[in-house]
Amino acid sequence: MRPFKFSTTADSNEVSKILIANPHARLLGGGTNLLDLMKEDVERPTELVEVGNIDVMKIVSPASATGSIVIPAVEKNARTANDPAIRENFPMLSQAILSGASAQIRNMATNGGNLNQRTRCTYFYDVAMPCNKREPGSGCGAMKGLNRMHAIFGWSDKCVAVHPSDMCVALAALDAVVKVQGANGKQRSIPFTAYHRLPGDQPQKDNTLQPGELITAIEIPKNNFAENSYYLKVRDRASYAFALISVAAAMELKNNKIVRVSIAMGGVAHKPWRASVAEKYLLHKEATEANFKIAAANEMKLAKPLEHNLYKVELGRKALVRALMQAANGGKTI
Amino acid sequence: MTDQKQAADFNEDEKQIIEDMITGDPEDMTIFGVSRRQFLKQLAVITGGFAAAQYIGPDELFAAPSVLVPGTIPINSIENGVNASFNVNGSPVALEVDSRMTLLDSLREKLQLTGTKKGCDHGQCGACTVIIDGNRVLSCLTLTACCQGKNVTTIEGLAKNNQLHPMQTAFIKHDGFQCGYCTPGQICSALALMDEAKKGEASYLTENIREKSLSVQLSDDEIRERMSGNICRCGAYPNIIAAIKEVHSGKEVAQNWQFA
Ligand SMILES: Cc1cc2nc3c(=O)[nH]c(=O)nc-3n(C[C@H](O)[C@H](O)[C@H](O)COP(=O)(O)OP(=O)(O)OC[C@H]3O[C@@H](n4cnc5c(N)ncnc54)[C@H](O)[C@@H]3O)c2cc1C
Ligand code: SF4
Ligand code: FES
Ligand code: FES
Repeated sequence: MRPFKFSTTADSNEVSKILIANPHARLLGGGTNLLDLMKEDVERPTELVEVGNIDVMKIVSPASATGSIVIPAVEKNARTANDPAIRENFPMLSQAILSGASAQIRNMATNGGNLNQRTRCTYFYDVAMPCNKREPGSGCGAMKGLNRMHAIFGWSDKCVAVHPSDMCVALAALDAVVKVQGANGKQRSIPFTAYHRLPGDQPQKDNTLQPGELITAIEIPKNNFAENSYYLKVRDRASYAFALISVAAAMELKNNKIVRVSIAMGGVAHKPWRASVAEKYLLHKEATEANFKIAAANEMKLAKPLEHNLYKVELGRKALVRALMQAANGGKTI
Repeated sequence: MTDQKQAADFNEDEKQIIEDMITGDPEDMTIFGVSRRQFLKQLAVITGGFAAAQYIGPDELFAAPSVLVPGTIPINSIENGVNASFNVNGSPVALEVDSRMTLLDSLREKLQLTGTKKGCDHGQCGACTVIIDGNRVLSCLTLTACCQGKNVTTIEGLAKNNQLHPMQTAFIKHDGFQCGYCTPGQICSALALMDEAKKGEASYLTENIREKSLSVQLSDDEIRERMSGNICRCGAYPNIIAAIKEVHSGKEVAQNWQFA
């Protein structure tokens, strides 16, 4: 690990100034991703600012009149997943968080850090390998290398990596909003699906955060998905592994008719992937397995698999159907 | 510690290197009471050798220089040194460490609490699990600097008055280990798990996440899922589960093993 200055600056405006003045300064959440990458020499910050002390990060908003819930950026993943209001109103978010990492890591990881965790692409992790995300212009090792874990949607010839978060897949399906604050306290709200980026020509940029901006909170608007939602995660082993494919499926049913539906997939793209083709097909239709199968097939038709991940197309289709079935059947684990 | 008392013993190559860099006989360094290791470390600081951290053991890299060559380095010369005061197993500690130092390295290298193990050092195995303010966490991905004001419990803090903690006793009864390397992490993790279950916390296997109960009775599958952050290379899993089940249920669980 390279030397860095450790700072506990509490004033968010000061923190923004530090981040603008020093492009090599980073916020430190739980450190479960950043410290790992620093030990690998992938991240080389010269200054770390601990988020736990930053004023705006700690504000707990009172329950809003619109029924939305605001979760602070510094709140730990484990606490968010077990928050009674989240379990009751957005059970799919709890499931998604609890499917990720381990109990220890979820106790450490912050919500802000979860959004900004970096890809697990093994070429990104290995500084001896080419990687456009780590070193723009050096090439993409995965494109013609081992790409079993990589994207089937939205990739570019510069990068085929996937975003590794489970929590973010549920947040994308829940139409969450990312609250950020930049220089001079300037605040803005970013719709979750516009927060992360597709790689395009700049795979080094994972998200649309501007220099000096910090995530302060995540807002989840009220919805009627709680009874019919499910987060399904498919992986190489039963637990403590990143998703090969995951699906966050949520719907609102009236007499088994789908009046609102929201579906996002993980493990398939550089950002949580909204399955909008499947959503469009399902809206106003009956919640039946036959309809789910057509919707899933339509969505996966658009996939562009790489050399080693053709399996994700079939797996994705089956995972979509299964997640939708579980959601329609009350979202319980079987 | 012991090398403080040893006379410096340089091999020929080292003598040559040192002579090239400084004037005077390196063996003379002992007149300042500076050991060879200590001296080499300071040399590393002087020559900017900190960037080559991989060539120096963590104890040397992170230990505050206790004895100094007069006039060379000021006393608080750890680059990016930070102070952290916290409790470990109920006793207050105050450390000055390099900002890079993890809690795991502080426990093992500075506080001589070597019960906590370093498996992967990357958050992937759980061997370094300790309990901070009631929550199980990974000490390999926790900076010492972030422990300010916190309460850290390690495997050394579980036995009271020479009495093993019931979880420790259960691991012994059920032979919940083979080499024992993952065991301190397994036991700390299992202890925190008992608490999480009491508070009714959910897991990915919780059947109905919307239903909150105050206390969760854990099935074997639930114990497996909730303990998945602790890897055991010896594969002692069935016995680890038996031990946890016994403590969790408060009822005797039959041993999976017996003497031949
Ligand atoms: C072994 C292992 C297995 C894992 N398995 C899974 C898994 O299955 N599923 C899954 O989803 N995740 C998994 N994870 C990843 C884990 O969820 C993330 O590491 C964690 O969520 C990151 O949160 P943190 O607070 O520790 O972030 P940090 O490591 O502290 O920070 C990550 C990044 O976020 C930035 N950041 C932190 N806070 C803010 C803020 N408020 N505003 C702006 N930027 C910020 C930091 O500067 C840094 O760049 C795993 C991790 C490990 C080590
Ligand atoms: S897929 Fe992206 S992260 Fe992986 S090697 Fe290619 S550029 Fe790097
Ligand atoms: S040593 Fe910390 S998880 Fe392996
Ligand atoms: S007992 Fe050897 S690793 Fe678990």
